[in-house]
Amino acid sequence: MTQAGLETQGLCKSFGALPVASDINFRLESGARHALIGPNGAGKTSFVNLVTGMLKPSAGRILLSGEDITHLPQAARVKRGLVRTFQISALFRRLSLIENVTLAISEREGAAGDLIRPAGRYREVIEEGYALLEALGLAADALRPVNELAYGRQRLADIAVSLGLKPKVLLLDEPAAGVPSGETGAIIDMIERLPADIAFLIIEHDMELVFRLANRITVLVQGSILVEGAPQDIAADAQVRQVYLGERRPR
Amino acid sequence: MAAADQLAPPAMLDGFARRHRLRAFEALPWLMALAAYFVFPDYLALGAQILATILFALSLDLVLGYAGIVTLGHAAFFGTGAYTAGILAANGWGEPISGLVAAAAAAGAVGFLSGAIILRTTGLTLLMQTLVVAAMLSELANKATRITGGADGLQGMDVWPIFGAFRFDLFGRTAYIYCAAVLMIGWLLVRSIVYSPFGRSLTGIRENVVRMHAVGSPVRRRKLVAYTISAALAGISGALIAQTAQFVGLGALGLERSGTVLIMLIIGGVGQLYGAFIGVTLYMIAQDRFSTIDPVYWYFWIGLFMIFVVIFARGGVLGLIERARRQMRRPS
Amino acid sequence: MGDLLSAAISIAFHGLALAMVLYLISVGLSVTMGLMGFVNLAHGAFAMAGGYGLTTLMGRLHLPFGLALVGAIVIVVLASFVLERLLYRRLYGGDELDQVLMTMGLIFMTVGAATYFWGPVAQPIHPPDLISGQIHLGSRDFPAYRSFLILCGVVLVTGLWLGLERTRFGAQVRAAVDNLRMAQSIGINTSRLFALTFALGSGLAALGGALGADFLPIVPGYALGNLVYFLIVVAVGGLGSIRGPFVAALLIGTADTAFKYIAPELGAFFIYALTMAILLWRPRGLFGHA
Repeated sequence: MTQAGLETQGLCKSFGALPVASDINFRLESGARHALIGPNGAGKTSFVNLVTGMLKPSAGRILLSGEDITHLPQAARVKRGLVRTFQISALFRRLSLIENVTLAISEREGAAGDLIRPAGRYREVIEEGYALLEALGLAADALRPVNELAYGRQRLADIAVSLGLKPKVLLLDEPAAGVPSGETGAIIDMIERLPADIAFLIIEHDMELVFRLANRITVLVQGSILVEGAPQDIAADAQVRQVYLGERRPR
Repeated sequence: MAAADQLAPPAMLDGFARRHRLRAFEALPWLMALAAYFVFPDYLALGAQILATILFALSLDLVLGYAGIVTLGHAAFFGTGAYTAGILAANGWGEPISGLVAAAAAAGAVGFLSGAIILRTTGLTLLMQTLVVAAMLSELANKATRITGGADGLQGMDVWPIFGAFRFDLFGRTAYIYCAAVLMIGWLLVRSIVYSPFGRSLTGIRENVVRMHAVGSPVRRRKLVAYTISAALAGISGALIAQTAQFVGLGALGLERSGTVLIMLIIGGVGQLYGAFIGVTLYMIAQDRFSTIDPVYWYFWIGLFMIFVVIFARGGVLGLIERARRQMRRPS
Repeated sequence: MGDLLSAAISIAFHGLALAMVLYLISVGLSVTMGLMGFVNLAHGAFAMAGGYGLTTLMGRLHLPFGLALVGAIVIVVLASFVLERLLYRRLYGGDELDQVLMTMGLIFMTVGAATYFWGPVAQPIHPPDLISGQIHLGSRDFPAYRSFLILCGVVLVTGLWLGLERTRFGAQVRAAVDNLRMAQSIGINTSRLFALTFALGSGLAALGGALGADFLPIVPGYALGNLVYFLIVVAVGGLGSIRGPFVAALLIGTADTAFKYIAPELGAFFIYALTMAILLWRPRGLFGHA
């Protein structure tokens, strides 16, 4: 059996009596295009928080490329290639777009601890950052503070920062959330064009997006996995329709 | 190499890559300091105090303006440095430069230890802890009368001439040049930190600490390093004041000291390096003028001015300048 | 053994009296910081104003103690209402630094104004004969004024707690402290809530400052000099809580009194160390919200 990019075994988390994750056994294959869907409050973002280390599990294991990372701090997981984006854009607000991206690249390269040499002399970091922005169509805004960008472009910038970390596994938490429908196209395009060696898990409510981008879907309901499979199977699944779409009538 | 040329960013990024280069206006504070030496020979003692306090404000800007750590206890480090230099000078070792080094080491140690303990928190809790650290040190200094002089202050400091040759004279000439030189070194250090990748990561911590964690940054370590360096610089500034005034009192560790340096920095403009220069100079000159008119009025008017700044001049003097520049750019 | 017990009773008594004063002054600060998220460093100025108000109304206008006390509180409540509308309101939800700068500015203004009008000497408070002297309880004599303080404190604390639990206003405050946006969305007029809570808190502070002049002398530097203690009570107790500052005030009050009695050479050092330890253990305070 090939090594999964990301795997959880028996992952559990409760806040007092409230379980947000119940015995989740999840596999994200290398190079996967996987989506995690579920009704509001299902625990999708909590799952991402658990996997990335922002939340400590009550029980279970998390494996990244076969390595047990359950007890590693968040920064260590990032160094091993596990990267996430945020549902509400989490950018370095008053800093320019190029600065946002170079901060990430700088951390990855281990240059960020340098107290003496000016950041501007790290030419390779700047060039890599700019190339990344160019590839995402954001180059024109490179010097603008990110809080001045249109929200759709901010969401793209969010993903750009994550890509600067050269992730092996990328967790996209509702990348199109809050974006006006005219601007979602750029985001969808960008996700479609992600290199094949990056495995991504996308959390989304927009079903059109999910069916377009994912070739495998996991449905999470109240902290447990309800069902998992190919998009067409999920769309036809009666349980999913009832729980998620809230209806029995065929569409 | 040809492939790299294809990806070479356009000229607009050159400005970004060259941010750290010294620009013409950055010579201004030093030219003014030089001019002041000749134009105001009767005010050199005040000038020396201003220069030393600018270093204090610079150290605060490093943690506050760049790392976003709000502290009301920075006098803890200033005072530690002041008392270190003072106690050395009052007990037989009055060599000024080594006094500065000792002050930096002591203050840096206090910064490192307290930072390691309290920097795990943020917001109001952190603010409280910074207050408490300074209050503890102040209480210690108050009670350890044999060493510190207690509430009466440290007496009997004897500071030797610098390099054995330059005596601290009555006009403050030596003090002025001494403080200017130390400030210049401190400024160069803070400036290079601010433009370094480390300094950039501090602004990242300030702008969005959650994201910094998510890009793999060792946030606590970075904050602690910045805090320790800042503490050492604040300690040097305290030592300068102690050595040039040949006196240290409990006020060096007090809340008013922490509060006023914060106010001076905010008035000048936070997180932009030169806010310290502008804010300290304006505040201390105004305070000096007022104290000759009527010391009571000073508190009232500076308080009013501070409220005025908050409501009408957010971002301090540098903020005003930035807004004015943007206004001027608009018609073109 | 008798000496030890006697000392313990003394410490408990005087500690309790001090705790009442600290509580009255700090409870308003706790609620407004928890409610508006506003770092009001100038809160002590309202307590100071209560003290100056009391002495001036008694001394210059020759009003009796009770009337002067009420008058002082009313003046401070009105003044705080105006300040809240004019100044504080602008900075809600704003930058922490702006709030620090503004409230420090207010403190400085009060220092200047107080020095100008009353001079640097501490204001004497002369309580009426009814609550002066000693009262006899069991086998001991206790200072009547401090007994009065404790009584006042108990009455007010009970009133506050009942008010918070039983009245609609109290329910609104609790809701807004818990989740402001939620409270707004269910129709609570948070703007009015802020104004009223602020005024109430300032009034209590004025009462505490006026009654507590015995412990905390009314001097121009009052707001700055006592700031750390007020903030300690609030931070240790937990923002937005009414119970928390009470427990914290008891802790601080008795500890401070005990140390002054047992080991005066340590001073307030131990209080600060205790505060640091508590905040490390519970960063949100003993009764703080998550």
